[in-house]
Amino acid sequence: MKYRTIALTLTILCFAADAHADIRFGIANEAYPPYTTKDASGKEIGWEIDLMDAVCQQLHEQCTTVDIAWDGLIPALESKKIDVIWSSMSITDERKKRIDFTDKYYSAAASMIGAKDGVAGVTDEQMKGKTIGIAVSTTQSAYFQKHFADIATEKSYATVDESLQDLASGRIDYAFADTGPLKEFLKTDLGKGCCEFKGTVAADDEILGAGVGGGIRKGDEELKQKLNGAIKAIRANGKYAEFNKKYFDYDPY
Amino acid sequence: MDFSWVASYADLLVRGAAITFLLLSISVSVGFALAILLAVAQVGAFFPLRWLSRGYCTFFRGTPLLIQLWLFYYGLGSYLPFIPGLRASFLWPILREGFFFAALALTLNFAAYQGEILRGAMASVPKGELEAARAFGMSPGKILRRIWLPRAIRIALPTFAGEVVLQLKATPIVFSVTVMDLYGAAYKIRQDTLLVYEPLILVTVFYVGLTFAITQVFQKLEKSVPSRR
Repeated sequence: MKYRTIALTLTILCFAADAHADIRFGIANEAYPPYTTKDASGKEIGWEIDLMDAVCQQLHEQCTTVDIAWDGLIPALESKKIDVIWSSMSITDERKKRIDFTDKYYSAAASMIGAKDGVAGVTDEQMKGKTIGIAVSTTQSAYFQKHFADIATEKSYATVDESLQDLASGRIDYAFADTGPLKEFLKTDLGKGCCEFKGTVAADDEILGAGVGGGIRKGDEELKQKLNGAIKAIRANGKYAEFNKKYFDYDPY
Repeated sequence: MDFSWVASYADLLVRGAAITFLLLSISVSVGFALAILLAVAQVGAFFPLRWLSRGYCTFFRGTPLLIQLWLFYYGLGSYLPFIPGLRASFLWPILREGFFFAALALTLNFAAYQGEILRGAMASVPKGELEAARAFGMSPGKILRRIWLPRAIRIALPTFAGEVVLQLKATPIVFSVTVMDLYGAAYKIRQDTLLVYEPLILVTVFYVGLTFAITQVFQKLEKSVPSRR
């Protein structure tokens, strides 16, 4: 009798889990303000979370977030622990070999910040002999390899956060990352004290052009179409602009 | 299994392996020298030194290596730029690198553990041998150099081999302060190629290989040091 009760409970639990077929959004558990970060109570907040809410509202779907280490996101997607990667992942050819992407939902503009007493600007001449902190395997790292590798030194960091820490303590001359998080850092006390915006690097569509999109399992066409439709819809009906106002004074799309 | 990336990352991997080996060599050799001083201070009669050495060992053995590393790199290291003139001096290129702090933390940590082990070994050298040395008229310094330390090191040697292996396995944390060691190289390859297991398997083989080499060297060393069992 006891075993039957347990078996029955388990069956019900399984069905219950199935009935709430939420879309699970995988988010890297490192802080990446203003896109994704956690508030004091551990709740996910940020630009991308607002975007996710708007998309899910548009789709009339239940959405949940799943915390995963940045380098575990693609494996987690492939092993079906999550359905979408929603974590400022740039659309690159290398990644496209493993996963699909939705249409872009924002454009990755690459900028540099540096110490206030350093030179201003981001031209080749000004980069000469400088040490530039870049998070491993980002579009910025690819950009560096193509444009600055001969004249400057790259210092690799596991996260953007750590490169900013080292910039503040004077160990590197520039931090090279996505514009959003850099501007966010410059608003903090630490950032205000040490550093200033040096500029956005020259466009390179081959590396920076594709933008940031949601990562989708290969062959999951249905979800891809749904999300693409929702992104298009919230661009058109003003929802995107509405929550974007909270974070940026420009349109990052 | 896909190992087609090895050729294009060979340079990074070799440099990473060299950094790992360099960190291990520096921390083991300098750390061992420090450990001798610590052990001698602890068995010595001069009590301020004894307490200082004991406090040092307790502190470094009582805190996680990762925290020590970050205290040095993010704590101490972030105040260095405020020392007037340091940023312009010839020392800055060394002091701004994570490598310096990684070597420092690994060395001090290794010294603390070895100091404790060596202290124990010195205490377990048979009293009779030291008394015999004294009966020959040797000075305390000479006893230390000729009898006490060599005997203690011989006693600690098997433990020492294990400690060096442990030290090797402690090195990957240096990547958290931007040192591109072997693990750092593997991390970068994993991020670039999106391969999960292959880079890890390759570095595993390297670590196991190096461990095997270390144990071989110590076995030779143990055999070459005469001992009465």
